[in-house]
Amino acid sequence: MRKLQKHTVNGIFTYALVIVAFVAVQWLIRSGNISSTLRGQLVPICAYVVMAVSLNLTVGVLGELSLGHASFMSVGAFSGVVACMSLSAAIPSDPLRLVVGMAIGAVCAGAAGFLIGIPVLRLNGDYLAIVTLAFGEIIKNLINCLTVGLDSRGLRFGFLKSADALNLGEGGKVIINGPMGISGIPKLSTFTAGFILILVTLFIVMNLVNSRAGRAIMALRDNRIAAESVGIPVTKYKLMAFVTSAALAGSAGTLYAMNFSTIVATKFNFNTSILILVYVVLGGLGNIWGSVIAAVVLTILPEMLRGFNDYRMLIYAIVLIIVMLTTNNARIKSIPAWVRSKLRKGGASNG
Amino acid sequence: MAEHEETKLVPLPATNFVPERDVDKQPILEARNLGIDFGGLTAVDSFNFAVSPTEIAGLIGPNGAGKTTVFNLLSKVYQPTRGTILLGGSDTMGMTTVQVNRAGVARTFQNIRLFNNLSVEDNIKLGLHNHIKYGMASGILRLPNYWKQEKEARERVGELLSIFGMEHMTQHRAGSLPYGAQRRLEIIRALATGPKVLLLDEPAAGMNPSETAELMENIVKVRDTFQIAIVLIEHDMNLVMGICEGICVLNFGKIIAKGTPSDIQNNPVVIEAYLGRKKEDADDA
Repeated sequence: MRKLQKHTVNGIFTYALVIVAFVAVQWLIRSGNISSTLRGQLVPICAYVVMAVSLNLTVGVLGELSLGHASFMSVGAFSGVVACMSLSAAIPSDPLRLVVGMAIGAVCAGAAGFLIGIPVLRLNGDYLAIVTLAFGEIIKNLINCLTVGLDSRGLRFGFLKSADALNLGEGGKVIINGPMGISGIPKLSTFTAGFILILVTLFIVMNLVNSRAGRAIMALRDNRIAAESVGIPVTKYKLMAFVTSAALAGSAGTLYAMNFSTIVATKFNFNTSILILVYVVLGGLGNIWGSVIAAVVLTILPEMLRGFNDYRMLIYAIVLIIVMLTTNNARIKSIPAWVRSKLRKGGASNG
Repeated sequence: MAEHEETKLVPLPATNFVPERDVDKQPILEARNLGIDFGGLTAVDSFNFAVSPTEIAGLIGPNGAGKTTVFNLLSKVYQPTRGTILLGGSDTMGMTTVQVNRAGVARTFQNIRLFNNLSVEDNIKLGLHNHIKYGMASGILRLPNYWKQEKEARERVGELLSIFGMEHMTQHRAGSLPYGAQRRLEIIRALATGPKVLLLDEPAAGMNPSETAELMENIVKVRDTFQIAIVLIEHDMNLVMGICEGICVLNFGKIIAKGTPSDIQNNPVVIEAYLGRKKEDADDA
């Protein structure tokens, strides 16, 4: 039962962490003690937390390296925004429209993940890293060539054509305009929506990990041959983890895009993918609350360091290196245990 | 007048032995003329072998004889180049490791392969994977079926652990267990899959004499409780001669002897394979 408690304690800690942070930030907003830059960062932070937690499912829990997580965010962002903008008449309620947009973003990104996963996840080795890296570039270029418009006849799609070639009817408007991306996005995302998406993501990922399917996924990570020998189908569970991860990234993409008035495909490039991977690695592979903290701190850090101007990225790099060194240092790792033993001794002498 | 060439007849099933009590029963596992080549190297050739439903069989031979390769063939880690493997009388051709496991073949590995970062309980639950029946959605949404099935699985884990006296280790991380316990856990995990045949690859490797003695008792106990066949590869001759009913000796990928422990102990070919020839005999040849 002790391990069960450990799972539960970890879960409660993660939920508590997120809820406390949410309440604290809400309180700061109410009392007006929050800078406008930080305030503008709240929704992106939520999106990055979801991205980090979902990537942790692929990299930490499944143990497959993905270098194109931002591409799923991109698929989710563009499909979600198109859905939200074209459904503005059908669903007048803003929060409901955002939820539908996120769901559509998640489905599209999940489908993209499924298509890539079918061939690649049958292979053993680092092929997923290679293919997701390429997929990121492909998606970016595809969306740059894509034009989508909306008129009374419904959605009109064009590829490698200018927006005029869509032949939109009376009252039609262009949604995706090739390399110019989407502009005039209604700002539907709120901090509360981001907070709820984080809770949903944590619920899905943590419950998945502590269930039959999650055990099978972790078994594949630890020892594929042994997993096959006890009758666990490899490709099925690899796909399950990867598609779930991609779908969550898609909904994070919708959340992210609905926070800005303009969004372009080049925003979701290789650098963004690596940035999210950095959150996961620094937070600890397989460690969910670690990903949450790393995503929050590393998104705020560059903003906090604005005062240092030219040295900003230098300090950012140094912080990354220090975190990596300290979290892998046996002497520093033993500090919590040492403190605990001191406390226990103190408690024993008191009692 | 063209000369008629006569077809050569070979005995089938070839020279297989099973315990007398099972003579009327279909062998649970049977290999006929099994062979595998790696490039130009023939690792196993003309391997004929039958295991009856409740037999404890031994597979022995000097290092590099191809014993583990045979296990890899039986569990379909490798696909055979030649020959047939029958499981309960039906051909396993083209089946994968996962499929033969579901059909009733479970195994352990020479170099222990546990899920090191998971708990003992989770390792065994993974063995029970195909007996725990709830989907991804029930797992995420924690539907009643999840709680019911997980509770049953936990009880089953307790029962299985108690056979080997490891109940107190339920929550330990598998990778942190002592060596002997890891070997036992691997056997329990294989048993959890509900096999008809259990393949044990060097179960006593690295164990001290008292642990080995306990393991021998446990192997017999497992056979008696679950009524399954056990095939084991082992270098510890006390264990092999102590509990195996039929023994098969392999050298350079071929069977050189079959029989009861006493047959094998007195077989000059086996003694030669293990110890080499006396000098004067070698000079004669």
